[in-house]
Amino acid sequence: MKLLRRIFPHPILTLVLTGTWLLLVNGWSLNSLVFGFGLGVLIPFVTQPYWPQEPRIKSPAKVIAYLALVLYDIVVANITVARIVLFKANAKRHPNWVTIPLDLRTPEAITVLAGTITMTPGTVSADLSDSGHALLVHCLDAPDPAAVRDEIKTRYESRLKEIFE
Amino acid sequence: MDQIFEVIIALLLVMAGVFGVVGSFGLIKLNDRMSRLHAPTKATTLGVGGVLLASMAHAAAFEKYISIHELMITLFLFLTAPITANFIAKLHIHRHDTPETLPDPGEDKVWATHNKPEDEVIGPQL
Amino acid sequence: MIETAAVFAFVCFALGLVMNLWKIVSAKDVADRILALDTMFINAIALLVLYGMALGSNIFFEAAMIIAMLGFVSTVAYARFILRGNIIE
Repeated sequence: MKLLRRIFPHPILTLVLTGTWLLLVNGWSLNSLVFGFGLGVLIPFVTQPYWPQEPRIKSPAKVIAYLALVLYDIVVANITVARIVLFKANAKRHPNWVTIPLDLRTPEAITVLAGTITMTPGTVSADLSDSGHALLVHCLDAPDPAAVRDEIKTRYESRLKEIFE
Repeated sequence: MDQIFEVIIALLLVMAGVFGVVGSFGLIKLNDRMSRLHAPTKATTLGVGGVLLASMAHAAAFEKYISIHELMITLFLFLTAPITANFIAKLHIHRHDTPETLPDPGEDKVWATHNKPEDEVIGPQL
Repeated sequence: MIETAAVFAFVCFALGLVMNLWKIVSAKDVADRILALDTMFINAIALLVLYGMALGSNIFFEAAMIIAMLGFVSTVAYARFILRGNIIE
């Protein structure tokens, strides 16, 4: 088991690289599968010193549910933003800063949260506080900043906390 | 069967075109600098995503081969769009905002972009 | 039907490119120019993929992929240069 760990320091990265290679080749054949797997073993092995610890994912099943939720929100976000851009006068819009105090502590979880916020309805994550305890978010149209903060905390952050911590 | 595919592909293309043009239009229309970030990052990801989905469906339905490498570009754009948006947001904060114009960071005293040595001039003075 | 839709999409993305170009010329701030440039890259990817689809050719995919990567790297490099004064410390 320890030897296996030595050869595959990041098993998920190995799978992702193999999949990426198959996508690039754009076809299924044993040749490309073997070559892709070779790359998938070699690259994590060589870059091992730069990735000292492996990000922990507690419940992989919830990752898929989270991805589905985010994809749905991206489509909704596009429609919301398109409607604001096309039909709302600049004077009637309420652009606003929102501070989101973070309960998440691992860097991976905070990165995923910031990415999610940027991709979803009318919000862009702009900055992190000095030691990573709060996230600065800009809203395209938010008359009520507290509601936006609460929605992000309940909709995304609680789910990410279950996945990563 | 081909009819259904045709309708789906045409709808995807029209949707992609509309979102693409809205994204670029928002860049011109919105009047404050942070808001201008919103339109391109969101609208164009679905714009390009729609074109790529249409291209996949077109290859599968009319050219009789399964083409999945379009997914690579979609994934790549979805991963990188937040990073570019974050960089440009930091740029705006760096150039135009002081700690007083931003909301209070709470526990920490300052936002990360403002945490720099006191009298050192960073960046070219454009 | 697909032809009409494809022409519509072509017109939309080309219009987007023109608007981005205008923004690059008229913007008052460097950050706005970088943002417009990034949007131009994205519109160019869409145009290339559309063109490949219209010709039924696979060869434009690689070009689109390379533009996607170049666009990301150059946007980050520009932003970092304005933020820090250098790109790789």
